[in-house]
Amino acid sequence: MRLLEWQAKKLLFEWGLPVPKGAVLKRPAQLAQAVRKAGGFPVILKVQVYAGGRGKAGGIQKVANLAKGKTIAKDLLAKRLVTPQTGPEGVAVKSLLVEQGLTILKEFYVSVLIDRSRQMPVIVAAREGGMAIEELAKEHPEEILTTPFDPFLGLLSHQARRIVGWLGIPTEHREAATRQLVKLAKGFFSTDATLVEVNPWALTKELGMTALDGKITVDDNALYRYPALEKIKTADADTPSEAKSRVIGINYVGLNGTIGCMVNGAGLAMATMDLIKLHGGDPANFLDVGGGANAAQVREAFKLILADKNVKAVLVNIFGGIMKCDVIAQGIIEAAKSMRIKVPLVVRLEGTNVDAGRKMLKDSGLGFLTAGDMDEAAKKVVQAAKN
Amino acid sequence: MAILLDKNTKVLVQGITGKAGSFHASQMLSYGTQVVGGVTPGRGGTRWEGLPIFDTVAEAVAATQATATAIFVPAASGAEAILEAAEAGLSLIVVITEGIPVQDMLKVKTFLGARINPGTQLPVIIGPNCPGLITPGQAKIGIMPGYIHKPGPVGLVSRSGTLTYEAVWQLTQLGLGQSTCIGIGGDPLPGTGFVEVLERFEADPETKAVVLIGEIGGSAEEEAAAFIKKKLSKPVVAFVAGATAPKEKRMGHAGAVIAQGQGTHESKIKALKAAGAAVADNPAVIGRTLAQTLQKLQVQV
Repeated sequence: MRLLEWQAKKLLFEWGLPVPKGAVLKRPAQLAQAVRKAGGFPVILKVQVYAGGRGKAGGIQKVANLAKGKTIAKDLLAKRLVTPQTGPEGVAVKSLLVEQGLTILKEFYVSVLIDRSRQMPVIVAAREGGMAIEELAKEHPEEILTTPFDPFLGLLSHQARRIVGWLGIPTEHREAATRQLVKLAKGFFSTDATLVEVNPWALTKELGMTALDGKITVDDNALYRYPALEKIKTADADTPSEAKSRVIGINYVGLNGTIGCMVNGAGLAMATMDLIKLHGGDPANFLDVGGGANAAQVREAFKLILADKNVKAVLVNIFGGIMKCDVIAQGIIEAAKSMRIKVPLVVRLEGTNVDAGRKMLKDSGLGFLTAGDMDEAAKKVVQAAKN
Repeated sequence: MAILLDKNTKVLVQGITGKAGSFHASQMLSYGTQVVGGVTPGRGGTRWEGLPIFDTVAEAVAATQATATAIFVPAASGAEAILEAAEAGLSLIVVITEGIPVQDMLKVKTFLGARINPGTQLPVIIGPNCPGLITPGQAKIGIMPGYIHKPGPVGLVSRSGTLTYEAVWQLTQLGLGQSTCIGIGGDPLPGTGFVEVLERFEADPETKAVVLIGEIGGSAEEEAAAFIKKKLSKPVVAFVAGATAPKEKRMGHAGAVIAQGQGTHESKIKALKAAGAAVADNPAVIGRTLAQTLQKLQVQV
């Protein structure tokens, strides 16, 4: 799960990295109090959303007095922020971080993550802060330094010191910066993070080396170790449909198309989406019902898919291995009966007990469109969504 | 002869008394796998379906001479189950368990990489979060339906489960049997990557062609492409899932996510094509693409 900036900064502060003073607000009326916590004007207002590219989209504003601040806060909280990462529909802004305005002398970049090809944790540092690291990697790879380190020993002081020297941080700030990097790496492990990114990690006049922004992604598979985070995730880290899917125990990701998909297995689910696109359609979602789905989960999955009003047709693609096709067919029939599904439903079953499953669908009289293979199924559902 | 697994391999099941463990232990036995015992802490000395149960893997190995294990324990104890199996000297560790935290796997891999037991061979770990492996007609360690497979010359390696079944079924229906099929799993740090499996397929005289199924996230396909280009003499057909997957969203598998611009579909397809693999853009024609490739190259199978 991804943390919002203010949640990430709270952790960074606990780990021992300086962050600007500040407070979070959800209503413009809370501004005066938040400004006091931030130490008075000028302050920075920052929208709290999961997408990057907030600054260029107008989601970060400097404010010098209360009257203007309230207008801007009201405006930001009413808005759907559109950045290159959100898609054209944007994301709703639910809260703002109000922060002490600092004098920035120089900006750097630092992150900790697991390098999948090295199979080791690495700390990535860059001499240029504030821009997306993938862009910098393309344009100026020589400005980036990647240092692998041992997960049991953590980042060693001399490794951190070398990074700090390479970055060119002024001498009087080097030891503090070194300690911050060691703490950052330690924090990465203490939260089962998959990414901790401080961008910019800035030298400020007021606080020395400071985390001006923070992005932390925690491994979903490790959330059971952090009950407090698990609550946040279900409450607001996902879209409502994604949160619901977690409760039901299936994997769901909402997309912008018109063809709902229900598939067993993540790889097959992605391949099914790709196939729909290949035949000229647009998938409305990724949905993996899992290897051992039962009739109740199939019904809940249909509910999730059909809650999306853009859905014009649904494709069910099941390769029954351990999950038997007749059991799945039963689940589909029960769901279709109890929910009165109004959009066309294309069902492709293959695998264990496939003949029994296909016969049940045919005999149900519910008008399912069936297909012998996934190619035919995708073509049929694309056609059905157009009608 | 296939790779890693045959009908003589003696297999343990860790978590044999659990729901998934016991169900799949029976399925493996009926396919012909030599399941010789199980491990469930606290149940040592009892029996499951006539097979002995042990408290520890070391005891099980001493009593049964098993060389392989299938792990079905809950995710929170997954890492420890792997380390226990490695310490007991098993050479093939198949981790079916889904949801093991990536930092746990990181520590497992670092720990084993340090070779704490000098002189012992490092185990081959397949998974976690995988369907396992099967040498058709001989044995399977995992959860795949056995009947869709058929013995033959095609080696298959994949990051997926049901998509692998789909591809296998296409091959079988076209009369193209398989030497060994391996699902390496959908996690960010798999015990075994594509390259290690491809090395074994290259060395296996019975494997005449390879099907590789990848997906978005990480750089395993790019690394596989580099190996294919330099070292693999056998024809390869590849499919990569996730052309339509949005960025920064985890697509079911923990490892299937495009993060910080890394792991895109385009990058993988480009690398595989440049390496000379026949890339199927349609998952429904993986089998046909292989048949055509073999025909074009006039490979007899």
